[in-house]
Amino acid sequence: MAIFYILLLFIIIAAIIAVETKHLLSAVICIGAVGFGASIMFLFLRAPDIAITQIVVEVLGLIILIRACLSRELTFISGPREFFGVVVSVAIIFVIFLAGIKVFETLPDFGIPIFAEAPEAASQTYISQGLAKTGAANLVASVILDFRAYDTLGEATVLFTSIIGATVILRKKTKKLLEDPDE
Amino acid sequence: MKGMTIIVKTISSWVKVLIFLFGIYIILFGHLTPGGGFAGGVILASSYVLLMLAFGREFVEENLPLPVASKLDCLGAFLFALIAILGLVIGGSFFVNFLYQKYLPGEALSLISAGTIPLSNIAIGLKVGASLFMVVLVLSIFRPGVSGNEKE
Repeated sequence: MAIFYILLLFIIIAAIIAVETKHLLSAVICIGAVGFGASIMFLFLRAPDIAITQIVVEVLGLIILIRACLSRELTFISGPREFFGVVVSVAIIFVIFLAGIKVFETLPDFGIPIFAEAPEAASQTYISQGLAKTGAANLVASVILDFRAYDTLGEATVLFTSIIGATVILRKKTKKLLEDPDE
Repeated sequence: MKGMTIIVKTISSWVKVLIFLFGIYIILFGHLTPGGGFAGGVILASSYVLLMLAFGREFVEENLPLPVASKLDCLGAFLFALIAILGLVIGGSFFVNFLYQKYLPGEALSLISAGTIPLSNIAIGLKVGASLFMVVLVLSIFRPGVSGNEKE
């Protein structure tokens, strides 16, 4: 159990450095450290599916971010902060902190699955009858592609729409929808 | 960008096949071992990203042009929706696992089992791989301030 707290401390320190540092490439590398720490933690929590996905997406995202940092001229946003904005954000953070304390009191200990305290949860059905009802040995695949396939459909739709937006906005040649009347 | 040195080019031309095969393995065995369509698709995309970093963007654009990647993306999304609608037509409700329940029960823990789950994994892997490859390609094409001013 001590390894979890060491990893949590590592992740928190890396996140604080990523926020506070002035150098943008250092911030990107600290974000990568956060992601890899999270994937190691998923591995120790016996969730290899999420660990694989986390580490793979982290590698691809880091490649994109580092290339973006290396090849661009960087602009830093700085200036005096507005008093009203600071007050509002501090108040919102305080409210979320209080709500978080209430929420964390109801959660089980770190590393213990939540269905251990709720015997009638739907996940008990998935675990006991997943192989018989779907035939998939990997229970995660049977949940995301059979029991909860609507979720995967929504995820695929979100990815599809965002790719359409990216290719339309970032394309090289601009198509002219309306011809200029002068020409 | 003309690519990196010859050491990087040689190593990545060896490694790219292994990464691509590993992505296909993750997708095909997604219903038996950890992994699945999303992770396998990202691995497939990252093999092309490795080629792009090592050999330059033009090399990758010749191998897998942007329209072809776009068609693969659409094909993956279409296959996934088709599996869902076939469940509605044949099985009676949206996304029902009609292959496992009616036609092809298969043997548990074997490659051909679990009905539509491996097919959905293949569709999602195709879709995610093509679309993430397109993201990287489009982001590397884009230059702020240059695009749109080329004709003037």
